[in-house]
Amino acid sequence: MATLEIRDLHVSVEADNATKEILKGVDLTVKQGETHAIMGPNGSGKSTLAYSLAGHPKYTITSGSVTLDGEDVLEMTVDERARAGLFLAMQYPVEIPGVSVSNFLRTSATAVRGEAPKLRTWVKEVKETMAGLQMDPAFAERNVNEGFSGGEKKRHEILQLELLKPKVAILDETDSGLDVDALRIVSEGVNRVRETGEVGTLLITHYTRILRYIKPDFVHVFANGRIAESGGAELADKLENEGYEAYVKGGASA
Amino acid sequence: MAEAQNIPAGSTTTGSIAVAAESTVATRMSAPPSFDVADFPVPHGREEEWRFTPLERLRGLHDGTAVATGGGVKVAIEAPEGVTVETVGRDDSRLGRAGTPVDRVAAQAYSSFEQASVVTVAKEAVLTEPIRIAVHGEGGVAYGHQVVELGAFAEAVVVIDHTGDAVLAANVDYVLGDGAKLTVVSVQDWDETAVHVGQHNALVGRDASFKSIVVTFGGDLVRLHPRVNYAGTGGEAELLGLYFTDKGQHQEHRLLVDHNTPHCKSNAAYKGALQGEGAHAVWIGDVLIQAAAEGTDTYEMNRNLVLTDGARVDSVPNLEIETGEIVGAGHASATGRFDDEQLFYLMSRGIDAEEARRLVVRGFFAELVQQIGLPDVEARLLEKIEAELKASV
Ligand SMILES: Nc1ncnc2c1ncn2[C@@H]1O[C@H](COP(=O)(O)OP(=O)(O)OP(=O)(O)O)[C@@H](O)[C@H]1O
Ligand SMILES: [Mg+2]
Repeated sequence: MATLEIRDLHVSVEADNATKEILKGVDLTVKQGETHAIMGPNGSGKSTLAYSLAGHPKYTITSGSVTLDGEDVLEMTVDERARAGLFLAMQYPVEIPGVSVSNFLRTSATAVRGEAPKLRTWVKEVKETMAGLQMDPAFAERNVNEGFSGGEKKRHEILQLELLKPKVAILDETDSGLDVDALRIVSEGVNRVRETGEVGTLLITHYTRILRYIKPDFVHVFANGRIAESGGAELADKLENEGYEAYVKGGASA
Repeated sequence: MAEAQNIPAGSTTTGSIAVAAESTVATRMSAPPSFDVADFPVPHGREEEWRFTPLERLRGLHDGTAVATGGGVKVAIEAPEGVTVETVGRDDSRLGRAGTPVDRVAAQAYSSFEQASVVTVAKEAVLTEPIRIAVHGEGGVAYGHQVVELGAFAEAVVVIDHTGDAVLAANVDYVLGDGAKLTVVSVQDWDETAVHVGQHNALVGRDASFKSIVVTFGGDLVRLHPRVNYAGTGGEAELLGLYFTDKGQHQEHRLLVDHNTPHCKSNAAYKGALQGEGAHAVWIGDVLIQAAAEGTDTYEMNRNLVLTDGARVDSVPNLEIETGEIVGAGHASATGRFDDEQLFYLMSRGIDAEEARRLVVRGFFAELVQQIGLPDVEARLLEKIEAELKASV
């Protein structure tokens, strides 16, 4: 059973010629089949955690460890992590001019699966998955994220999640910017993947809204670069009623 | 800044450019067009037309010190039936009809070549095989001139390949008779030390169509002037270009389309990728729509993809319109970076760095390559692009 283990993770960035520590000792274990919601105020470091796990070069790991089934994730390049089974649905996916969605998906599936998917079944697989996310088939011919609306970008991220079938999926604010219909469609996509029981999910969100569609097994409150409190789904209800004030120093922000 | 040159508007000498006194195209030239090198001062580098070009790397082509070495460049022409290939002397009256040199190096070429090639496609001959011109540098200095002339309603494809090492200044004239159709592919696949400067003039006959595909991969310095003017109404010109500028290379394409005749069309689309320290691409796109050129339809576009730090692009589209009675006129220029965020996104989907770069560059060029319409040339270019990428990563 695949397990992602994060131990005492410290991460900093270089900003204005100074080193700024953003993650200050994160401990978390995500097992295959589990869903963990990470909730926290703006700027608490949620995206930093997501990017650090995926290997974004901007973030420097200063101490701690991350392993996937015992393998040292921090030693791997970004593409190696993806091939090892990590997937990050990004909060702000970038445009890639000149690269069509269909070409991108196929190249990526080929890389992750280790061999090119059979063309006939692949076309069908993509079509059906897109249909499930209510994406117009014309999207396949557009350039990756180019001119996509916020909601379309998120559907495209979940499309990749469904096609790449990772061991651990990190979803960074996949819910933000979605209207109720889109939120339901995207959540259904995530749930299809979860129902296989083969993915561990790290659901990063600012709002409890998405938790009505995707039921977490665990809820963690993220504040000031670390997990401030962990609990079951009931913790989300508490946050819904009380907000993050209790976790933010001086009660400001969020 | 260069002073505005006082060239009379509507000047009609064959092949010369005719522009308004305040035209920036005119101000960009340090002397009026001329076949004689003596009419051009030796450039010092600050002139508008030379300011992007590293003169010291021209190896003397610009100041008269580059002396032809004889046998410096070999030209081999392979032509199907229905085509006449001649080697002629300087006094042949068919030379220089499509345009007049606009800078000192083009004039130097015209003043210095000893023999020219004249390739003639007979009236109404429709070729099924391309004419192939192989220009191979043997390491020397050379000056050259070529003419490709199509009689009325003739149709031909010409592929010019530049390979090897040379210091070459050479001009090409394309003369299209009425209703003729000419596609020219000029590939600059030089060794990395070569220097190649030249002016490619097209004179497009009434209802004729000219399609030029300029592909520049190699060379230390390549500076080309693809230029078009029209001899009658209804002419069409399509200028496509593709360049891949590597570390240390200077590749400069200076287009001019002179709409001096009513109801003609032009479309220019150049795309370039750059990578490596000191890679420098220059693209100048001058389109003139003269007062007489009613019904003109023109569009020009240049896009650049910068793959690494240290590369530089200068892209200057310039559209000058003297009549409002046109169908359309537009230009676009954009230089984008393949940045770390794009690389990260692709890699986070399991794609390795090399493949990611390849994906982006292939995609960037694909749409342009598809417009070429010659499957073997298209395949070869895509292969070449792959090779360029491989060599660099
Ligand atoms: N590259 C960077 N340079 C400077 N500061 C950064 C950088 N990346 C993140 N930060 C800072 O680190 C902190 C955490 O940012 P992060 O994006 O991880 O927060 P978040 O919890 O995802 O917030 P949000 O809810 O707004 O998405 C913020 O103060 C942010 O400004
Ligand atoms: Mg965030």
